[in-house]
Amino acid sequence: MIVVAFVSFSLFNFVGDPVNSMTGEDASDERRAEVREVLGLNDPVYIQFSRFVGNIVQGNFGISYQLKREVSDLIGERLPATLELVFVSAMLAIIIGTILGVYTGIHRDSFLSNIILVVSLAGVSLPTFIIGIMLIYLFSVILGILPSFGRGEVTDLGFWTTGFLTISGLKALILPSITLSLFQMTYVIRLVRAEMMEILQTDYIKFARARGINKNTINYKHALKNGLIPVITITGINIGTLIAFSIITETVFQWPGMGSLFINAVYFVDIPIMSAYMIMVAFIFVMINFIVDITYYFIDPRIRLKEESN
Amino acid sequence: MKKLINIFLVLVMSGFVSSSYAASIKWSMPGDSLTLDPHAQNEGPTHMVSRQVYEGLVTPGINMEILPQLAESWDATSADTWVFNIRKGVKFHDGSSLTASDIAFSINRAKTAPSDMVDLIKSIKSATATGDHTLEIVTEGPNPILLNQLTQIFVMSEAWAKANGCEVSYNWDAGETSYCASNANGTGPFKITFREQDVRTVFEKNTDWWGDDSTHNIDQIELLPIKNDATRVAALLSGEIDYTNVVPVQDIERIKSSSGHTVKMTPQNRTIFFGMDQGSAELNSSNIKGKNPFADKRVRLAMYHALDMDAIKDKVMRGQSVPAGIITAPGVNGHTPERDQRLPYDPELSKKLLAEAGYPDGFELTLDCPNDRYINDEAICVAAIGMFAKIGVKVNLDAKTKSQHFSEVKEGDANGMTSDMYMLGWGVPTFDSHYVYSYLFDSAGSWNKVNFSNARVDELVAAMGVETDLEKRNAMIAEAWDITQDDVTYLPLHHQVVNQASKSNVDVPIRMNNEPLFRFANVN
Repeated sequence: MIVVAFVSFSLFNFVGDPVNSMTGEDASDERRAEVREVLGLNDPVYIQFSRFVGNIVQGNFGISYQLKREVSDLIGERLPATLELVFVSAMLAIIIGTILGVYTGIHRDSFLSNIILVVSLAGVSLPTFIIGIMLIYLFSVILGILPSFGRGEVTDLGFWTTGFLTISGLKALILPSITLSLFQMTYVIRLVRAEMMEILQTDYIKFARARGINKNTINYKHALKNGLIPVITITGINIGTLIAFSIITETVFQWPGMGSLFINAVYFVDIPIMSAYMIMVAFIFVMINFIVDITYYFIDPRIRLKEESN
Repeated sequence: MKKLINIFLVLVMSGFVSSSYAASIKWSMPGDSLTLDPHAQNEGPTHMVSRQVYEGLVTPGINMEILPQLAESWDATSADTWVFNIRKGVKFHDGSSLTASDIAFSINRAKTAPSDMVDLIKSIKSATATGDHTLEIVTEGPNPILLNQLTQIFVMSEAWAKANGCEVSYNWDAGETSYCASNANGTGPFKITFREQDVRTVFEKNTDWWGDDSTHNIDQIELLPIKNDATRVAALLSGEIDYTNVVPVQDIERIKSSSGHTVKMTPQNRTIFFGMDQGSAELNSSNIKGKNPFADKRVRLAMYHALDMDAIKDKVMRGQSVPAGIITAPGVNGHTPERDQRLPYDPELSKKLLAEAGYPDGFELTLDCPNDRYINDEAICVAAIGMFAKIGVKVNLDAKTKSQHFSEVKEGDANGMTSDMYMLGWGVPTFDSHYVYSYLFDSAGSWNKVNFSNARVDELVAAMGVETDLEKRNAMIAEAWDITQDDVTYLPLHHQVVNQASKSNVDVPIRMNNEPLFRFANVN
C-alpha cells in the first residue's frame, strides 16, 4: 500500500498540468502562479508526500481540482454503481462459467461443447467496447427493449444507492454486466473444463464410479468441489480486473461509477481523484485476496487438517 | 345533438390550433456542467447549463447579436462610465426580487479570485448600484467591448449567496464545497429542480419569468450527458434522447438517413490553425542548426501553399468544415470574406519558395497536435504531414491528450523545450478581433507561442482596446490584419462547423457558438 501511495503521489508531479485545466485558456500568468501557490505545488516533494499520506489515513483524499467537491464524497457516490455492476458481472461469470465449464468438461467432444468453446473465444478476443456497442445496437436501437445508457431509477438507501429494487434499474444492469462478464466467463469456462477433465481421470473418481455412486454426485459433489480452488483464486484476482475493466464498460454505457469518474479525472488532469482511485483499487485488491486466502481455509480440508495436526 | 357535435368539434379544433401543449425534451452532450456556480468555471458546457437558468445585463441572441436582458437600456455617460437601467419586476427562482445591488454583487464576485471570469472583466474598475434599478460601471479607460464581455457574466441573488455560504465563488482556504456548486437560483426562464452530476439534471419552466415565453413550449428539460459518441448516437436513434448538440462527423449520414431524425449545421466561431515559431533563433526539433527556417516568410508561405484544405474537408472532415484564409471566423468583427480567401494550393510554388529561401532539400521538424480537443484534430495533423512531405518538409507528429498538449505549448515540455509548430484552435466569445489579437499576436500575448513581435501591431492592439470611435477602431483592426496576414504568422486551416441532431419534431435553433437556447425551442 505504501508503494501504491507513493506512485499515487508521484502523479501530482508528472502527469500533465492541472493548473491549465483549472484556470482555462485565457487566464493570466499571475493567476496561474496564484493557483500554484494555493495548491501547495511549490513545496518540496517530501513535504507534499507526508501531507498526502497523513490525509489519506484520515480518509481525506482532498478536493477535486475540476469539480471542487470532496473526493471522498465523490467516491462514496460512485462506488455503489461500480460495485453493483462488478458484483453482477462476477456472479454471471462464475455461475454461467462454471455450469458451462462442467458441461464441456464432462461431455468433451459433443457438438454443443464445441459451440460453447468457439463462442466463448469471442468473449476474449473482441474488445469490451465493441461488444458493448454491438449489444446496444441490437437491444436498444433495433429491438428497443433495453436502455442504452445510465443506471435507470435507483433507490436511495442513505449510504448506498441500488438499482436492484426497480425494474428500470434491473433492465439497465443487463447489457453492461453481460459486456463486463464475457471476458472473465471465458476464463472460468476453460479453467473449470480443464480442471474437470483432469479430475475425472484421477483414481478416487474411478473408484467412486466403480463403487456405483450416482454420476451427478460424482460430477458435482466430488469432482467440482475439488476443482473449485483454482477458480476461487482466479476469481479473486479477476474481481480486481473487473473493477479495472469497468472503466471501459462504464464509459460505453454512461454508467455513473468509479471508472467513469476516473476517466473524466484523467481527461481533466484532476489528480486528487486519480490518486484516490489508485489507492482505493489497491485497497480492494488487497482485501479481496485476503478474503480469498481465508476462503481456502474453509474449502480445502487439507489446509484445515494441516493446521490441526500442527 | 347538433349542438353537442358543434361543441365537440370546437374542442377538437382548439386542440389542433393551440400549439402550446407542454413538452419535455431530453438533451445530451458528452460533458456535463462542471458546477452550477455561474462564476466558477469559464467553460463551454458549464455556461450552456447556466445560460438556461441565469441571466446577465445583456445576452447574445440567436444570431449572436447583443440583446438587453436584465438591463433595459444603457448609456455611456463618459469615456469610462456606463449607466445601466435595470428591468423592474424581475424575480429570482426563490421568489425574491432583483435589484441593482444583486448585479453589482455578482460583477464583483465574478471579478474576485478564484472566480474563473476574472481575466474576462479585468477592465471593470467598479460596479455600484446607484439606486434600486440603476447600476454604474466604471472601467479602466474606455472599453468598447464591455457589452460583449458582460454577456458572459451571470447575475446571482446577493442575499441567497450570502445565506448559503457562497459569497465568494469558491473558498479554497476553508476547503468547503460550495452550496452554489450544486444549486442554482437565477432569474432565467428555467429553474433546476434536480441535479446529479454526470448523470441527470432536470430543468423546469419558470412560470414567473419576466420575459415572453410564447417563443417556446418546453415544460421540462432533462440533461443526460453521454460521453461515448457511439452510445449517444445510439440513444438518439433509439429515442431515449431527443436532442444533442455534439454530433460525431462520421455518424451524420447515419442520423440523416433515419426517417425520424434531422441534422442541422452552421459554421462555428472557432478556427483551427498551425502556429510556426518564427521568433526563436533555432528550432528545437529541427535538423537545421544555426538558423530558424520559419524566420523566413517564404518558408511560412511555402508551408501554406502546401496544404490542400479542400481535400482535408472532403476526406478527413467529411465535408464538415469551412476552409479558412484568416484565423478568425465569420461573425467576428474584423473578419471579411475577402480576408477569408485562402491562398491557392500550389506545392510546386512551395518547392520554389523553399529553394529561394535556401532549403532546396527541405528540412525536418516536429508538429505538436492534440488528439482529443478539436474535431478530428489528430487526423488533420496526419493529413497535413503527408502534404508537407510532398514539398520536402519532413514533419514528425507528436500527438497527445489536450491537458499535456496545451501545457507544453504554453510552458514548454519537461525539458523546457518550446514547440516549433503546433495546432491550436481559437474561439471568440466576444465576437471581436481584439480578443484574438490580445492573446495571439500581441508580443505579450499569453498564447502567442510563435514568438511573433511587431511594434506596430502592439501599438494597434493597445489602441483598439480603448478606442470608442467605431470607424477609427475598425480601421485599426483592419490595419492589424493587413500586417499579420501578410506576415503569415499563423497557418489558417478551417473554421469548425457545428452540427446538431434531434428528432424531427424537435426544433432547437442552431447557433454559432453551439449554445442551445431552450427558450426558443419547440417540440411539435
